[in-house]
Amino acid sequence: MSDAAGTSYPTRWKKPPFIKNSLLRWSIIVGSAVYLAAAIGTMDVNWTRAWEGLPRGVDMMTKFFPPNFADTRGVIFDGILESIWMAIIATIGGIILSIPIGLGAARNLSPRWVYLLCRFIVAASRTFPEIILAIFAVKFFGFGPFAGFIALSIGTIGFFAKLLAEDIENMNKSQAEAVRATGSSWFQWINYAVQPQVMPRMIGLAMYRLDINFRESAVVGIIGAGGIGAHLLTSVQRYEYDTTSAILLVIIVIVMTLEYTSSYLRKWVQ
Amino acid sequence: MLRLENVRKRYKTGDEALKGVTLEIPDGQVIALIGPSGAGKSTLIRCVNRLVEPTDGKIYLADTELTTLPPGALRKARRRMGMIFQEYALVERLTVMENVMSGRLGYVGFWQSWFRKFPKEDVREAYRLLDRVGLMPMADKRADELSGGQRQRVGICRALIQNPDLLLVDEPTASLDPKTSRQIMRLINELCAERGLAAIINIHDVLLAQMYSQRVVGLKLGEIVYDGPPDGLTPDVLTEIYGEEDWEATIEKVDEEENGDTNGTQNAEAVS
Amino acid sequence: MPMIEKADGPVWKRRKSATQWLIWFGWLIALSIAAYAWKLISDKTIWMFVVDAPRQMMDAATRMVPPKWSYIDELWGPIWETINIATIGSIIAMIIAIPVAFAAAHNTTPHKLVRAFALLIIVATRSINSLVWALLLVVIVGPGAFAGTLAIGIRSIGGCAKLLYEGIEEINHNQVEAIRATGASPAQEMIYGILPQVMPTFAGVAVFRWDVNIRGSTILGIVGAGGIGVQLNSSINTIAWTQVSMILLVILVTVILSEWVSAKVRHAII
Repeated sequence: MSDAAGTSYPTRWKKPPFIKNSLLRWSIIVGSAVYLAAAIGTMDVNWTRAWEGLPRGVDMMTKFFPPNFADTRGVIFDGILESIWMAIIATIGGIILSIPIGLGAARNLSPRWVYLLCRFIVAASRTFPEIILAIFAVKFFGFGPFAGFIALSIGTIGFFAKLLAEDIENMNKSQAEAVRATGSSWFQWINYAVQPQVMPRMIGLAMYRLDINFRESAVVGIIGAGGIGAHLLTSVQRYEYDTTSAILLVIIVIVMTLEYTSSYLRKWVQ
Repeated sequence: MLRLENVRKRYKTGDEALKGVTLEIPDGQVIALIGPSGAGKSTLIRCVNRLVEPTDGKIYLADTELTTLPPGALRKARRRMGMIFQEYALVERLTVMENVMSGRLGYVGFWQSWFRKFPKEDVREAYRLLDRVGLMPMADKRADELSGGQRQRVGICRALIQNPDLLLVDEPTASLDPKTSRQIMRLINELCAERGLAAIINIHDVLLAQMYSQRVVGLKLGEIVYDGPPDGLTPDVLTEIYGEEDWEATIEKVDEEENGDTNGTQNAEAVS
Repeated sequence: MPMIEKADGPVWKRRKSATQWLIWFGWLIALSIAAYAWKLISDKTIWMFVVDAPRQMMDAATRMVPPKWSYIDELWGPIWETINIATIGSIIAMIIAIPVAFAAAHNTTPHKLVRAFALLIIVATRSINSLVWALLLVVIVGPGAFAGTLAIGIRSIGGCAKLLYEGIEEINHNQVEAIRATGASPAQEMIYGILPQVMPTFAGVAVFRWDVNIRGSTILGIVGAGGIGVQLNSSINTIAWTQVSMILLVILVTVILSEWVSAKVRHAII
């Protein structure tokens, strides 16, 4: 017991730094500061233009309320429906395409060349935002929802096939081996050992992807790929901000509903 | 030191956890609060420092009435009551030293605590306490790197650096193995004796309660059913508190313990 | 469970027949939805274009190679801008999202009404795509990276705050209670009890969002809000296929790099 020597205890204490190596720590701090300064410095902000824009912003805000659902109701309704159908069919189509690709991209199921090919497809479709895919789809398939459908389906592959493959790679090996040991064929094996293990999560992911696809289908119209986006763009260009706010409100409500249903369904499935 | 007068607690769910508890604890007395789960032990000590607001009754810490204190004064009163928790309740991602120093939060301002600039005296005291419980080399380790017993020692330091008059101890050994449990209980006892602290120790282990307290209070369904010396816990009393069980084995074990036998506490475990 | 006694002994079936019927019914509904959606989409499609699409794609693909390597000299600026939009946008988003998240979490919100308001901010900002935010902001502050940065920032408020408040709600309450018991003030409770517990989540969310925003900021140029999308849009419009392929290549590399960086940083934090 060293109580008697109480006066000899240190009276200073500093929290040990998060990064122990002081050279590394300082280079990270200085590096981020320099980068941020450069990033902000090179951002071309036209302050006079932004300043002039303020009244325009206020004007936009005031025109937002009350939202005008009336005069273009038919158009909004049509556009929203088109977006919804596009999202649904793209989700279904994307998933159907994802299943073989996802199986192929699972290392424990497929021969190496199939694995590499499928991984490449997944990586390629994941990298580009749906909007870029949609630009090309419009170029090749013409204006309209079909282009949006193609773009979103490809986006769905990148999302769904990747997660499916990862799920299969992480599945319980002993269960899979047990079924294989019964002498089942490859398809029987997939059906009895793999499918039951990954199914619940996949249903949840499908709902989640539907949610994402709807959000995207609401904007691909901006570049001519169908859905409500086209009307949104026109309403902004014509300064009909009350229509804009009506469309945005409808989108928000649908997204909320979808999100609520999908989280409910996911809980119910699992 | 501490006086509870007819303290009641009714939760929003309608459960009445405390049905009028009256209890007085003199200076420097260590009491063990025993009773089955759901008896209201935890609620009782949380009512004292108002982590749980009592529904009715009065609580005096020395001359201060606690139940009506406004927030600022309540914080000052809490500084005088150190609390030790069941699952240690250390902030796991902070270092040991920060966890100990957090016991001084009631004494320092916001910016001081933000920049971890504690007064020299506090730092020295923190090191002294860590040395006292044998954790000096761990000062700059993160709390989640420590073992259970070590964590509880840090918890004890955090309570003591408040320089309290009273310790509120909530199941200090619930997540520890039998040997470490004893070490921790012995440590709490020694420290209380060194500093002349009063303490209320919630504990479900009758054996430990008898070994390390001067007085035992039995709680059942929110009411005190026993208040007396540790050796007054006869089979009848234990039956009154916990219900029917073969208590002879437990009590015999206590006698052996007192004769210096430090083998296992298996029988005592059965009580919980 | 469903073991049915028949004349020739028990017959095992996977499900009770009522459940089985329900599942078939579900499939039927799903199938009719898909068919209906498909019909709507195909009605609006000019099939001639679609039939022609493979030929067009082959045509474009052949025109795309080799990419116009020298075009990279004109792309350094846009890439830098794209990355900056994502970085500064993410920083703005985190600065606003943190207080919003504390207001939205059950265990830290000051009042029910504050919570409702915070949730409203979260839903409104994240339901609307950053492209739409950019569309509106270009009208207000003028075209350029500033509008894009604000758009990314606003869209990310909800995205970040949602993950943040879920993280805050998962903290261990005992640790906070222990700090409170020492006589700490509410502000001290926050910095000693809550902040240390949520810091890793916060850092993870910030890095994750940055990665998402890199992808998002590549398309803002389509509505004139800066970044490499401006070049992409104009190259496609002028049918400069070799430039397009160069831009796609650059986006690909940037996205892969950002993914790598964010994975590294997250690994270092957790």
